[in-house]
Amino acid sequence: MLWQIGMALNLDESIEQSFQLIGGNFNNAGESSSQLKRILSKLGADESIITRAAVAMFEAEMNVIIYAAAGWVRFTITPQLVKIRVEDMGPGIENIELAMKEGYSTAPDWVREMGWGAGMGLPNMKKNSDEFKIESVVGEGTTIEMVIHFP
Amino acid sequence: MTLKEIAEILEADILVDSDNPNLDIRSACSADMMSAVLYYHAPNAVLITGLTQPQVVRTAEIAGIKLIVFVFSKRPEQVTIDMARQKNIPIITTPYCMYSASGKLFQAGLPGCYGK
Amino acid sequence: MKLDKLVKELTLEVKTCRECLQKDITGAYVSDLLSDVMANSRDGNIWITLQTHMNIVAVAGLKNLAGILIVGGRRPEDEIIRKAEEEKVAIMTTPMPAFEAAGRIYQMLQ
Repeated sequence: MLWQIGMALNLDESIEQSFQLIGGNFNNAGESSSQLKRILSKLGADESIITRAAVAMFEAEMNVIIYAAAGWVRFTITPQLVKIRVEDMGPGIENIELAMKEGYSTAPDWVREMGWGAGMGLPNMKKNSDEFKIESVVGEGTTIEMVIHFP
Repeated sequence: MTLKEIAEILEADILVDSDNPNLDIRSACSADMMSAVLYYHAPNAVLITGLTQPQVVRTAEIAGIKLIVFVFSKRPEQVTIDMARQKNIPIITTPYCMYSASGKLFQAGLPGCYGK
Repeated sequence: MKLDKLVKELTLEVKTCRECLQKDITGAYVSDLLSDVMANSRDGNIWITLQTHMNIVAVAGLKNLAGILIVGGRRPEDEIIRKAEEEKVAIMTTPMPAFEAAGRIYQMLQ
């Protein structure tokens, strides 16, 4: 189940929305990314910015749902940028450098059969953002923050 | 290439029709892995896939895919069809396998999608 | 057509088992889903995929495929290459995306 757990709307300054994610629940996966796409579209953002932000967010969401017990994702839109923050209570990443390599995956087979786990999620996220920060503690979870600047 | 032309070349059944008569497909992406589709994210592309999970429609929406082709006459569950209808993403299903479907469209002149 | 002719025509990079290039290709199979490949691929098919993990070598061996063409510029890790050499599975790579690789091979095998 996916809950919208906070929404602060200030049209002059910024738009922020948070979504809770449940591990293993693919039903509404991607809903927050769709929302982000819709809002950016309404605001008249550049097509490529919309796609980059939506892709980065979607990959982040899927990682939480696939690997973690639970987590949340939040996007913040200001006149200058889109910020996406995702935090999970998951296994954590042992070797971040390795995890960032295209093709490297720790996904179990059932995940691959669902079309995920090709080892492209983290690289896709980094590729689509202007700033990318990742922190992880094995046994506790992972936090990722991405920023895309408007031109 | 129009939806009708693609459906004809692939001898495909239309499961969800397009509400856009001017739909013009410019490139094709053959993939079962969703991250691959997100990696390419070419606009006005057709996705040829064997994966019928609802995630495919979601991924298509995020990546800007304009048409989904399921191979091997695969038909997705109703939830996938409903999602596609809601998001205005047409779906067709071809009896051909991914190899032949790709081959036929490639021969008809459709280029592939490259990543950025 | 023999695998080595395909490799030459499409300038594929060969990663393992050069002697395997003498195999005859019966066709091609395009899929990233292992269950799909296990169920539907045929003896002598060249398998077009972007998967680069260990299982692909086992699948190619079990189904007696002519080889694996890894697309999209993806690179298999050293341990995958080692395993493929052991099992005598030909692995090739190309920067082309799957659709284009399939398209070109389809044209060649017509």
